[in-house]
Amino acid sequence: MSIDKNTVARIANLARIRLTEDEQNAMTREFQAILGWIDQLQEVNTDDIPPLTSVVEVTLPLRDDKVADGGYPEDVLANAPKQAAGFFVVPKVIE
Amino acid sequence: MTANKNLQDNLIRGETGDWEIVIGMEVHAQVLSESKLFSSAATAFGAEPNAQVSFVDAAMPGMLPVINKKCVEQAVRTGLGINAKINLHSVFDRKNYFYADLPSGYQISQFKDPIVGKGQIELDMPDGSTRTIGITRLHLEQDAGKSMHDQSPTESYIDLNRSGVALMEIVSEPDLRSSEEAGLYLKKLRTILRYLGTCDGNMDEGSMRADVNVSVRKPGDPLGTRCEIKNVNSMRFVVQAVEYEARRQIEIIEGGGVIKQETRLFDNAKGETRSMRSKEEAHDYRYFPDPDLLPLILDEAWVNHIKATLPELPDDRKNRYIKDFGLTSYDAGVLVAEKDTAVYFENAAKGREGKLAANWVMGELFGALNKENKTISESPVSADALGGLLDLIMNGTISGRTAKEVFEEMYASGKPAAKIVEEKGLQQVSDVGELEKAIDDVIAQNPDKVAEYRGGKDKLFGFFVGQVMKNTGGKANPGVVNDLLKKKLAG
Repeated sequence: MSIDKNTVARIANLARIRLTEDEQNAMTREFQAILGWIDQLQEVNTDDIPPLTSVVEVTLPLRDDKVADGGYPEDVLANAPKQAAGFFVVPKVIE
Repeated sequence: MTANKNLQDNLIRGETGDWEIVIGMEVHAQVLSESKLFSSAATAFGAEPNAQVSFVDAAMPGMLPVINKKCVEQAVRTGLGINAKINLHSVFDRKNYFYADLPSGYQISQFKDPIVGKGQIELDMPDGSTRTIGITRLHLEQDAGKSMHDQSPTESYIDLNRSGVALMEIVSEPDLRSSEEAGLYLKKLRTILRYLGTCDGNMDEGSMRADVNVSVRKPGDPLGTRCEIKNVNSMRFVVQAVEYEARRQIEIIEGGGVIKQETRLFDNAKGETRSMRSKEEAHDYRYFPDPDLLPLILDEAWVNHIKATLPELPDDRKNRYIKDFGLTSYDAGVLVAEKDTAVYFENAAKGREGKLAANWVMGELFGALNKENKTISESPVSADALGGLLDLIMNGTISGRTAKEVFEEMYASGKPAAKIVEEKGLQQVSDVGELEKAIDDVIAQNPDKVAEYRGGKDKLFGFFVGQVMKNTGGKANPGVVNDLLKKKLAG
């Protein structure tokens, strides 16, 4: 699998990262190298082998349904560039 | 609009022939739990802005999600309630997109391996029949925060209280064929969720929201291109949105155009759907397994335990009403639709005639409640009190007609039926001697009518019954009057 500069530009846009022309070129080369390595891994036959999600034998811990957090709106809002009446205030977003 | 609807076969008549609507629904149902899916902040509705937000929900760096066992249980319970396969192994993925009410830049959801697989639910059709609708899957995911756009012309206000609350996304197969079926599907799903206690089903508060996928095709053709109508928030709007969207699509195709797959929103005020005109790219979610969460492994014994503790579900209850109370499928369906109604009916019907109780609940009681926009739990007449009235009808103390009068009084004053009957002297007259006298009077007063009746005008029988009723102030026992009248008039 190969990757071109347009794909890199699109991914950067989706991730909200601005890349210069030079950075796009560099990133394209890096992606290609990574994907080349993945291609190499693809040569191993993994039919009938379930995906490995973790190398440690632990299961997802479940917590009890108790309210034990929240209730500190001032802390949640502390870093907000702008706030009003307990809300975060952001530039208008409406579709 | 040239397209007309044929209610018989659900097809829409267009200029080029009949069209079939194909609908699939994605319903987001808020899980009933005290705390959120991956944090211990509260879920209660209506709190002060950002008061129920943990650092996990606000996506502060370094915060890690820990899953709520109750939410998992609720998803399993719902899966069992819709006869679905429970997947003992499921995986949480990140669905990546940017929006102001999604602080982490991704929603934790389930993509490839949902917790619940294929299932089905039965729709109760108005003609008493049922129709099976396939469920594709149910998965757990986080809700986003809430944006408010009307506080300022240039800014949006964000409240993260809802951020991280657990949702079940329930996806149906494209099995629905009309706006009515879409409405019935949503209603039935809500009934099941409420019986299970896994979602409160309050569409006004946004606890249940539907995305409706609509396409049209000529019957027998492959599926057409669909449009997704987002966030339709009431039964009525679902019906309206489907109607509008189907007609829009038919007009485009018949005008030589092509349907573009897109997301649309429903404008409640105008009753129309509109393109959301979002960039195509916005829908590239780049799903991948969330590295913060291991796969969710369920113990089969636990699932079986949940199964064993499921409450009686609406379909079972409906079948029981048909079998034990002799109700029609339609009546049983109406009574079980709301659990409160079902409980009320059962209390009123216990040890009495089921059909009579059903008629009174669905007739007089619903009528009176609807007039005042009251729910059954707000009824001034309790189930026991209505049962008391039914007893008086069943043992012949009062006639059905008098009972309606007594009911009105019960509804207004809250007094028990027996007391009202006693106070107003409404006891039915069944005494043969007394009724014979009343009948003799009527016969004596109407010699011409008697002659006509005896001459073959059978229809006049009703007139005599009416006169006897009138002369006895409506208290005569109609059965006894009928018998006596027949004998006397026969001469």
